[in-house]
Amino acid sequence: MAEAFGDLFAREATAEAVRAAEAGCGFDPDLWRKLAAAGAPQMAVGVADGGGGASLVDLAVVVHEWGRRIAPVPLVEHAVCARLLSDAGNGEPIRELAASVISGDLIATMAPGPIEPDSTARLVPAGAVADVVAARRGDDIVVARSRPPGAARPNTADLPLADRDLSGAETVASGAAAASAWDRALAEWRALMAVAYAGLAGEVLAMGVAYTKQRHQFGVPVGSFQAVQHGLADAATRSEGARLLAFRAVSAVDAGRADGARLASMALLFGAESARFAADRVLQYHGGYGYSAEYDVQLYYRRAAGWLLQLGEPAAEVARLADADLGPKAA
Amino acid sequence: MPARAEDFRAEVRQFLAEHLTGEMIAATRDGTIHSPALHRAIADRGWLSGAVPAELGGGGMDPVELCVLLEELQLHQAPADALGVAVVGVSMILEHGNEHLRGAVAPRLMSGEALVCLGYSEPESGSDVAAARTRAVRDGDRWVINGSKMWTTLAHVADYVLLLTRTDPEVPKHRGLTFFVVPLDTAGIEIQAVETMGNERSNATFYDDVLLGDEWRLGEVNDGWTVMKTALKYERGIAGGQFPSPPVIEAAVDWARRARRADGSRPIDDDEVRNKLVRAMIDVEVCRSFAYHTAALASEGAMFGVEGSMTKLFASESYKKHCAWFLDMMGAEGLLTHDDPGAHMDGRIEEHFRHAPVTAIYGGTSEINRNLVAEGWLGLPRSR
Ligand SMILES: Cc1cc2nc3c(=O)[nH]c(=O)nc-3n(C[C@H](O)[C@H](O)[C@H](O)COP(=O)(O)OP(=O)(O)OC[C@H]3O[C@@H](n4cnc5c(N)ncnc54)[C@H](O)[C@@H]3O)c2cc1C
Repeated sequence: MAEAFGDLFAREATAEAVRAAEAGCGFDPDLWRKLAAAGAPQMAVGVADGGGGASLVDLAVVVHEWGRRIAPVPLVEHAVCARLLSDAGNGEPIRELAASVISGDLIATMAPGPIEPDSTARLVPAGAVADVVAARRGDDIVVARSRPPGAARPNTADLPLADRDLSGAETVASGAAAASAWDRALAEWRALMAVAYAGLAGEVLAMGVAYTKQRHQFGVPVGSFQAVQHGLADAATRSEGARLLAFRAVSAVDAGRADGARLASMALLFGAESARFAADRVLQYHGGYGYSAEYDVQLYYRRAAGWLLQLGEPAAEVARLADADLGPKAA
Repeated sequence: MPARAEDFRAEVRQFLAEHLTGEMIAATRDGTIHSPALHRAIADRGWLSGAVPAELGGGGMDPVELCVLLEELQLHQAPADALGVAVVGVSMILEHGNEHLRGAVAPRLMSGEALVCLGYSEPESGSDVAAARTRAVRDGDRWVINGSKMWTTLAHVADYVLLLTRTDPEVPKHRGLTFFVVPLDTAGIEIQAVETMGNERSNATFYDDVLLGDEWRLGEVNDGWTVMKTALKYERGIAGGQFPSPPVIEAAVDWARRARRADGSRPIDDDEVRNKLVRAMIDVEVCRSFAYHTAALASEGAMFGVEGSMTKLFASESYKKHCAWFLDMMGAEGLLTHDDPGAHMDGRIEEHFRHAPVTAIYGGTSEINRNLVAEGWLGLPRSR
């Protein structure tokens, strides 16, 4: 399965496709249709709910390939939200909505941040293209269905970020049930993005190796200079550690283990940092070409920053971990 | 992690509660990170022979359990430097040794009755270990050994040294090496202490016309590099040292809760301190991910090499960073050593700060490990 999706991403989510999506709102509808037809966005939803019945770990293997290709489709946002809706949606209307989400006919996402007093959720990941947005309002989980703007707020990583009006949102879960469902969905999101980062880092390192082996200066490949090798070796080491931690986090979240959320946050922070480091080293070792728009490193460099920040400030992520492990801060 | 590994962890904790004492840990202040009583107790429990691969005649403990054992020993600051060396030494002897070595030496090492140390490094060669110059010359059915080794850690308490010698200086360096298992009470051996910046003591060892029967030779003549490669293989399997930071973090959290700054605030409420603690805890989880991944590879029978380099590189470099962070966090108080009665937790952070640098040097420096990752993992051309 991983191989099949890996092939699909390699064939369809080429660097040209990524660039073409950047000209629009950071979304490739054609790729989305193909993925939905192949069953990717709904694979980790239960069979009874119309999904593929795969585990979160299986989904993670596909997400790794998605990350490798920085594919311009909201796979993770949608997959996590589909799982949330299939769990949280009891009432009839939400069931219908969930069914359309699970089939991939509607694109769904979650707003990680708060809803503003004017009912706007700002800078929603995949907000430019999602038909369905789930959010937290007070103690509730609410879901709004509305027409996506189709345009993103221009951003570093060319992600489909957009503000969404959630005034028509309906409550689908409340109280403790809502809190635990939401936290679980966020943990899944973080763990899967950590895996995506491992894919990104792996690909950017492969570019670095290929380029530095072929580029000659002073009569030798630049990849034979030890300064270059050591930078790449450090990046590879951190990225491999990040990959191992990310898959551990996915397993823990999938099994509902108590340390799942903690490992997911840690994996996301470390994965983002390692991938940024790898992208930075590889850009550097491309010399001037790394900075040129023509080469692909810059596509990865910008997403390495964007993927984490669209989920919120890293400092807030650290603060939550600190509160859990060290106890809350004194006022 | 498999459930049986967690059961085993409980067993190790129980064992340490019974056998590891504060005196044993304090006794390492003399520089010898080895406790005879603890070493024997571990061997008696079957964990030393257990760590030796089954195909060599050891107990074939599951590598994941071995990883748990090493993690718990390190978390409890147990003085167990001789353990890993013994496992590597026994494995080398069982794989390459003649009947004499397998019959007379290996069992004594496995029972914990005798200790072995490693004589690879020399005054003029460390990273380039194949450049060893200590000479062994055949004289009838005996060998005459002359030369000196540097950093022969534990030689002053050990019974044997695994000695890497040059038997043919005329051929390329990797092809003229031969290993010996040398009893350290043989005439002509001198051991001198080498003090270090950390607490541990090492040794310089000198070999002056040391006469040795051929039964002490390990492996074929001039085939020492083959033996060396298996040593590296077993060393990676039981690398140890992948879990250095938790005791430091524990001390840092304790200090951050207790200390009061001039304005009355607690460091634990400072975002900068909290950030560093969280980052260090993340690094610890990365180390655990590496360690248990390599252990799982080993338990599936897969051979790994570069993963071991990555694990050591990450563990030692992050440990150094953590020690520096938490020393700085404490300001002047961080400088107090265990000799000062007011030192926080017996000067634990200060002690680790002095110890940390060596972890990026011995057993293959960080630079050597980066070379290995660049060539073995990334497939980059030989460096220049
Ligand atoms: C406390 C302690 C205990 C030890 N215990 C033992 C023991 O029990 N038995 C034993 O045999 N040895 C032991 N060692 C020795 C240890 O293995 C060596 O110190 C280590 O291998 C490095 O060798 P060196 O010290 O000769 O440094 P060198 O090899 O001289 O290196 C000096 C510097 O050059 C760098 N360098 C060298 N080659 C390269 C290269 N190809 N590319 C890039 N950089 C390079 C190194 O990384 C290092 O930074 C111990 C060392 C210490 C400090």
